[in-house]
Amino acid sequence: MSERKNCGGGCHHGASHEGAGSSGEPAERRLNEMSVRLRVWRQKSADDKGGFEEYDAPRLTKDMSFLEMLDVVNEDLQRQGDEPIAFDSDCREGICGTCSLVIDGVAHGHGRGTTTCQIYMRSFKNGATITIEPWRAKSFPVVRDLIVDRSAFDRIIASGGYNSVNTGSAADANATLVSQARSEEAFDAAACIGCGACVATCKNASAMLFVSAKVKHLNTLPQGQPERRERTVAMLKMMDDEGFGHCTNEFECEAVCPKEISVEHIAFLNREYLRSRLIATGLRPVVTEE
Amino acid sequence: MALDGHTPGGPLAEKWDRHRFDLKLVNPANKRKHSVIVVGTGLAGSSAAATLAELGYNVKSFCIQDSPRRAHSIAAQGGINAAKNYQNDGDSVYRLFYDTIKGGDYRAREANVYRLAQESVNIIDQCVAQGVPFAREYGGTLANRSFGGAQVSRTFYARGQTGQQLLLGAYGSLMRQVHAGKVQLYARHEMLELVVIDGQARGIVTRDLTTGKIESHSADAVLLCTGGYGNAFYLSTNAKGCNVTASWRAHRRGAYFANPCYTQIHPTCIPVAGGFQAKLTLMSESLRNDGRVWVPEQSGDGRSPDQIPENERDYYLERRYPSFGNLVPRDVASRAAKQACDEGRGAGGTGRAVYLDFADAIHRDGEALIRQKYGNLFQMYEEITNENPYRTPMRIYPAVHYTMGGLWVDYNLMSNLPGLFVLGEANFSDHGANRLGASALMQGLSDGYFVIPYTLGGYIGGSPMQEVNTSHPAFVDAENEAKSRIDALLAVNGKRTVDDFHRELGLLLWDHCGMARNATGLTEARQRVREIRDEFWQNVTVSGSPGELNQALERAGRVADFMEFAETMIQDGLERDESCGGHFREEHQTEEGEARRDDENFAHVSAWEFNDVDKEPTLHKEALEFQNVALTQRSYK
Repeated sequence: MSERKNCGGGCHHGASHEGAGSSGEPAERRLNEMSVRLRVWRQKSADDKGGFEEYDAPRLTKDMSFLEMLDVVNEDLQRQGDEPIAFDSDCREGICGTCSLVIDGVAHGHGRGTTTCQIYMRSFKNGATITIEPWRAKSFPVVRDLIVDRSAFDRIIASGGYNSVNTGSAADANATLVSQARSEEAFDAAACIGCGACVATCKNASAMLFVSAKVKHLNTLPQGQPERRERTVAMLKMMDDEGFGHCTNEFECEAVCPKEISVEHIAFLNREYLRSRLIATGLRPVVTEE
Repeated sequence: MALDGHTPGGPLAEKWDRHRFDLKLVNPANKRKHSVIVVGTGLAGSSAAATLAELGYNVKSFCIQDSPRRAHSIAAQGGINAAKNYQNDGDSVYRLFYDTIKGGDYRAREANVYRLAQESVNIIDQCVAQGVPFAREYGGTLANRSFGGAQVSRTFYARGQTGQQLLLGAYGSLMRQVHAGKVQLYARHEMLELVVIDGQARGIVTRDLTTGKIESHSADAVLLCTGGYGNAFYLSTNAKGCNVTASWRAHRRGAYFANPCYTQIHPTCIPVAGGFQAKLTLMSESLRNDGRVWVPEQSGDGRSPDQIPENERDYYLERRYPSFGNLVPRDVASRAAKQACDEGRGAGGTGRAVYLDFADAIHRDGEALIRQKYGNLFQMYEEITNENPYRTPMRIYPAVHYTMGGLWVDYNLMSNLPGLFVLGEANFSDHGANRLGASALMQGLSDGYFVIPYTLGGYIGGSPMQEVNTSHPAFVDAENEAKSRIDALLAVNGKRTVDDFHRELGLLLWDHCGMARNATGLTEARQRVREIRDEFWQNVTVSGSPGELNQALERAGRVADFMEFAETMIQDGLERDESCGGHFREEHQTEEGEARRDDENFAHVSAWEFNDVDKEPTLHKEALEFQNVALTQRSYK
């Protein structure tokens, strides 16, 4: 890993940062100011070896989000003619699941139930050095810098993460009653945003939390019953085929999950899998061992 | 030239049924021989791609995100309307139709809106079958709530994440068709050109955002489901990647852009905190069901909210609109907040905020119930602002949220270019000059699940077309155009960043084409946009090369399109010399400061035809005929 300094304290914030509605009094603003040093994983492409580079990020404010801080650093890099740090983000309100940074060794950073885009600079010490890395897992290859390829998750969903109901063939929505408790139980699992932090933090790079959340969501509801067994088996097989590891009950996934999806769903998934194999008729037992 | 919306004849309630009967059918074996391109995978795009594939068409689905599940529909919070009347509280298809037409300030097409209300009930059935975990009552039936601008409870919701759950349902259906081999998925691909052959839309040119490769794709029809243009303002509640490029590229190839000045400014967003701000965060409108909006009675009142006694507060929405109170439609609520702040009565350090206060609701219902209803929203607010809304009132301010304008489409959702269909927020058709809460999800899914499967069949079954493939010269030309544009952006080699230009453009639009507009401001802004655009092409810096993942280049292309689009937006705002819905021309208001329409001269859709950059676009008008509702001054008093 190469380590070199790239951007000394020369970053400047021009008038361009003073957009709509700048806040507060000058004295308040000084109190609000801070600076940090970044150690960032740079990797030109999937084939590149990659390594850390360091950047100073002066004249930040505590009200900035972590990604706004990276925006500021990137603008400075571009003004100097350097290439900005590539990272994924989109909605910036914690729901699209696009942002995906390991901050100081923790997927989505320190802070419970938050995505990377919901981290604010006020949670860091003034002058801190912050290390930023991409998700690291065999099944999530790095595309560039901090961006990884998570299409394996889409392929897992394609293998069975839905109810097979063609448009137009649904019965009236109130024809099947679902108790509030059951609906809420399904929702707790359905809240997964598919960001992949569970995989990134797991020493086995397992996708069990992701798969279990979808299986729990659909297998809990009456509408999901017809495909309950096939779905469970197919999604687990695809998870294996994509090279994700197995669960060894470390529970790191739940700890970093921005939606606080419970590992209890993994127990549910294991039970569903056993059940599927035991009562499957006409289904070839699926071997999940290596 | 007058435009024809191809609205079918007959009584309002029978139009869609008759039309479906009149449309040509494509027999199942023949559908397999036809291919369709769907750009965008939000609610409209995913639902359309999945449904068309189920019918047998060969579908290619494109999105700029790394997964179709991340399209910005995912962020919709509040809910989806449907005229189920499960609550027995007086709702009906006609009432949903009427509320939507009125809410849009009588600037939408009657027949489209009626169809939307009709299809709304089917959407809920479909989504429940997919496993969407809507909120339920203890007895197991579906729960509803009332939402901004409606006096019946017709909004279905899934906590504060309705868009997420609906999109995951549509995404599941889409991925099922990917698994079945009926949909080819192209994630991280951006449409850069529309290809038109013999006057018909026959394909697109895309850039693979991972490798930079420029590629052509041909088909029998192209569906744009690419969302709105709110990010023209730089700061909005849209995701960072939302853009107007697909629509604008199609516009440059001949598709008319309708009502681009109609922008929805949502009243309940977290106020701007500083110049570094990258986007704004919406707080669900459902908060207005329990929160009371107020500002200090006196201007310049610098006290903190807990120091301002009850009799020195102005609950201005309750005062001005006693029957709707805090639940008035979005445009009305936003404008009232702006007025209060313009009077110097704004809250917080910046003066550009009003209070949304839950003290009474907490006193009445207890903190536990409020936490149960809005816990995630309160938590989000606290994370962003570092203030606890259970103790101190929220500060909110309007922000750009949704765009009612879009590419012009007829009743079949087809643009003036045969074979080019436009769905969801990207089209203009159903919300008039103002969209009611919980109607965007409804429209996206109605278009995708229940309208396009019929109207696309009608087009394909009824339109002769020649065989084309991507070696056709039109594809080669379009590819070259896309490439030379990229080269031009990289060649400028100037000093200012793309975001820097985008911020300047956004602020200009916010000031002169935002919540209030006037002829002087718009005229100035139009001139200024040209200057900013000229400077952009002389002084922008875009790093890297074309043949790699290059986010600076992606943004540059989108901002360049916003710069061209902005001028048409301003032009439209200038031309529409009346106030309606979200388009508030200061010259046209009642004595009480409400929007004053001019039905005599402006009961039409303005559809703009592109001529060239720096050339005036040509205006085409589609007259709006109201045969079922009487045009009245919208009143929420």
